[in-house]
Amino acid sequence: MKTMAELEAIRKQTLDRINLRKEDKEDEVRVVVGMATCGIAAGARPVMMAFLTEATKRHLSNVTVSQTGCIGMCRYEPMADVFVPGQNKVTYVNLDEGKARRIITEHIVNGNPVVEYMIAADPKPMSDSKGDSK
Amino acid sequence: MRDLSLHLTDLCQNSIQAGAQLVEVSLALADEGKLTLVIRDDGHGMDADTLGRVHSPFTTHRTTRKVGMGIPLTENNAVATGGGLEVISSPGKGTTLTATFFTRHIDCPPLGDLAETMATLILANPEAMDFTLSLRSPKGEERLDTREIRQALGEDVPLNTPEVVQWMIQATQDMIQQIFGGELQ
Repeated sequence: MKTMAELEAIRKQTLDRINLRKEDKEDEVRVVVGMATCGIAAGARPVMMAFLTEATKRHLSNVTVSQTGCIGMCRYEPMADVFVPGQNKVTYVNLDEGKARRIITEHIVNGNPVVEYMIAADPKPMSDSKGDSK
Repeated sequence: MRDLSLHLTDLCQNSIQAGAQLVEVSLALADEGKLTLVIRDDGHGMDADTLGRVHSPFTTHRTTRKVGMGIPLTENNAVATGGGLEVISSPGKGTTLTATFFTRHIDCPPLGDLAETMATLILANPEAMDFTLSLRSPKGEERLDTREIRQALGEDVPLNTPEVVQWMIQATQDMIQQIFGGELQ
């Protein structure tokens, strides 16, 4: 059984790292997963956990994963928005766990949005990337 | 929805939308595999008129569409096992939803990944909200309370720290094993 004493150990371990993170808030990347009835039924929860575990595994402390309700495009669920500071929002659709992990590595780590999973991306600021004009 | 934990994820979203600060979830397993799921929140509640329409799939607070499937889908699954669903609410006093499932009925969905449900709830709402999960069966009772976890962590370490989430997932799994092990999967 897990004990509260273990939480104290976690507290001590993570305190330094957290103070470090507080200082650079402006490079915060946000991943927002649609988690209404439609999203959950389509498999959004494992997708959200995949985003989280992949970000944790890679020690991406500037990435926050959160959830939102239904935005009215239920047939495209599971969906997620990725907000990178200074860039336009990217909406990914029909996700699964593998796609979520690929978005973390290619978009968030390497800075190349995964065009084939997108529903919409304003072509202007990303005109140097291929295939997003259709 | 494939399992009960997904229904729970979904229904808690209603509490979050209702501005709740505390959401208390309890699962009690009694004789003959009767499982009672209670979600109690301190959100803004519903008036009698809304409450009367709450079982209909055409009732929702959302403005993007006119359907709301969370409660109807859960009720459907509960009724299919011989159980049912009941909502008690009044404005300013929060809402209590009770669903009963007979888990030995062939149409009862599996319990699913309750630990993942708790993790996603906490991750999505780390700042303002608290959750409790209590499990009860003839084997005993166990409880997880994010207010206690917050207290143990102090002010500087947030609830959504990956190590803390991992601890909570493990703690929930241990609880399920201890209380429901052998009876519910």
